[in-house]
Amino acid sequence: MLTKEKQAPELLEETKPITGAEALIMGLLEEGVDTIFGYPGGAIMPIYDALYDYREKLNHVLVRHEQGGIHAGQGYARSSGKVGVVFATSGPGATNLITGLADALIDSTPLVCITGQVFAHLLGTDAFQEADVISITTPVTKWNHQVTDASEICDTLAKAFHIARSGRPGPVLIDITKNAQLQKFDFKGYTCCDHIRSYRPKPIVRKEYIEQAADLINQAQKPFVLWGQGVILGAAEKEFKAFIEKTGIPAAWTIMGAGALPSDHPQNVGMLGMHGNYGPNVMTNECDVLIAIGMRFDDRVTGRLDKYAKQAKVIHLDIDPSEISKNVTATVPVWGDCKETLPLLTALVEEKKHTEWLEKFNEYEQKEVEAVIQDELFPASGELTMGEVIQQLNELTQGEAIIVTDVGQHQMVACRYAKLNHTRSNITSGGLGTMGFALPAAIGAKFGAQDRTVVAVIGDGGFQMTLQELGTIMQSGVDVKILILNNQFLGMVRQWQELFHERRYSFVDITSPNFVTVASGYGIAGRSISERDDLKGALEQMLNHKGSFLLEVMVTKENNVFPMVPQGCSVSEIRLK
Amino acid sequence: MTDQKPVEKQEYNITVYTENQVGLLNRIAIIFSRRKLNIESFNSSPSEIEGIHRFNIVIHETEEVVRKIAGQIEKQVEVLKVYYHTNEDVIWQEMALYKVPTDVIAEKAVVERLLRENGARAVVIRKDYTVFETTGHREETDNLIKVLQPFGLIEFVRSARIAIIKDSEGFNRKLREFEKKEPGHEVVENEFLNNRDKVFTM
Repeated sequence: MLTKEKQAPELLEETKPITGAEALIMGLLEEGVDTIFGYPGGAIMPIYDALYDYREKLNHVLVRHEQGGIHAGQGYARSSGKVGVVFATSGPGATNLITGLADALIDSTPLVCITGQVFAHLLGTDAFQEADVISITTPVTKWNHQVTDASEICDTLAKAFHIARSGRPGPVLIDITKNAQLQKFDFKGYTCCDHIRSYRPKPIVRKEYIEQAADLINQAQKPFVLWGQGVILGAAEKEFKAFIEKTGIPAAWTIMGAGALPSDHPQNVGMLGMHGNYGPNVMTNECDVLIAIGMRFDDRVTGRLDKYAKQAKVIHLDIDPSEISKNVTATVPVWGDCKETLPLLTALVEEKKHTEWLEKFNEYEQKEVEAVIQDELFPASGELTMGEVIQQLNELTQGEAIIVTDVGQHQMVACRYAKLNHTRSNITSGGLGTMGFALPAAIGAKFGAQDRTVVAVIGDGGFQMTLQELGTIMQSGVDVKILILNNQFLGMVRQWQELFHERRYSFVDITSPNFVTVASGYGIAGRSISERDDLKGALEQMLNHKGSFLLEVMVTKENNVFPMVPQGCSVSEIRLK
Repeated sequence: MTDQKPVEKQEYNITVYTENQVGLLNRIAIIFSRRKLNIESFNSSPSEIEGIHRFNIVIHETEEVVRKIAGQIEKQVEVLKVYYHTNEDVIWQEMALYKVPTDVIAEKAVVERLLRENGARAVVIRKDYTVFETTGHREETDNLIKVLQPFGLIEFVRSARIAIIKDSEGFNRKLREFEKKEPGHEVVENEFLNNRDKVFTM
């Protein structure tokens, strides 16, 4: 039997018989995993048994629900740039991962989820806690695989990590039957995978397209850059900044791309989309060349496609060829990792300053400040607004914090107004819009970036979806600042009901418990405020508190998030009120 | 890339080369079903290279939709290559089997003549029934059903379409080079399924 405590995998003899479960742990160590989020159960017990011997090397965070586990894995991956690892047992344990898998797939988050499965001979018999996990997770994973023999575990795990982290990242799932976990086999070491014959993570960069793109950019009078998370996933922030600064082109971001260029960069003209800034949305329909970098023209960004940037020639840089011309037809497709394509493009473009064009964005910004931003961020009287809470948070954190948001009005407000100096500072559920995401994701984000302040900005509705993860905070001692913006409504639904359903507030009036008391039950300090005079002090108290802290801010009940592109409208029909 | 694509729907033949992997069929089928696209015909079989499978999928759609679908299929990890072609660009066949009462065939010369005219070939001749097969395009195999119906057609079945791309060197050479350089792995099957009674359960 292998002596496991503190023994490095490379010291193992060549053909030591070990169990599949032990081989899995060896593989995780070889892949550089340091943190696992999970919840044990009968069908994954052999893996947890093996993990027990390596608990000094592998930090296992016991969550309170598998959904919390996978969102924590997402937060970890997004803040650290590494692969998030999640354990769950068979049946209900595995099915509780589905929301997180779908979320991670649409937001291109690298995850390796390991689920236990019933014994292989019981597959298909409706055995206790059996679910057809492979079939269920197929539409929401980049790849999945079931292992029924211990000897398959190492190759499968290596393949899983390679697929999860390479190309356009995404979640993968390995379902391991219990017999495979228990079975002993001759372990010959673990080899990481860097190649799969039927998998091409990156398309080949075609220089003629780079040249065509550079020509278009050089001829453009009113070029406009839209960037998305591809810049962050490709670790191409420097290359992106160099491109932007050489070309002098104004650039706007999707919420998944926030932070790749600092908020206060002079060419950063704001957020795109349904609740984005006024200028970037309107100017999309005025530019002559649209340069989309690592973004996928989501419907929340484009509004009505038949009225979207029809006047513009479109250059689309993306690592996923199937994204190019999927929603918006590209004039020039630039396939490839933007870490590689951007420097090639930068080398060919002329140095310019589009001063007049950039000034137009500033004019629109001024209009938006007067109509919306001033009142939202600096209200003279009345109840507290969500915007002023974020503004005060900005002043105190100076853009250095990681902001994790849930889904709803507060998300749009936080993403619009949060000041971000660094990349990987905005963690949100962009594509799927998963309420309940923020609290567990913030836990994961803190484990992934332990030297940074992590603030989870959450609505009163979303918080109640996964508040059981306060227990995870309590047990693990992780330091997460929880900022609940409580408007006593499911705010975004209410806003839509007000605007599009004649104020028929159908089941959006949500009653909440005393959040501070709930937090107190979990040993977490907290405070609730509703007065403007208390805001700064309360935020300071939260940020300076040693350990986690819950701050509930009662905000005005029926405040709407503007600007807004109503569904079915063109982006240039964005409403300021 | 700016050329206006025709918007008319027509039949497209999607050819997919894949690894021989459990679950991949489901992964490909989902790409169609989540977009509520009906598959007209779906054939999966081993290709000329061991371990590599070839799917022939027929759908009635616009080129725009088919191009996007092909892109989504090709990005699946275990898919090697995807092509799509109109009917004009491929040579395609379907096979049909017809079961008719043998006594009718034996007694009525007209049936025999009809079968001959339609290129049908006897596959099985029994006392009670005879099975014929034909291959051809849909309208050809359909035609024989209509002809045989009045003579007591007992059963009919038609295969999915298989198609060969006209204007192509074929994927054969590439596949062989591929396989030589990077041989595939055997699919691991669940060997425990037949041992249910012998294995301890918890």
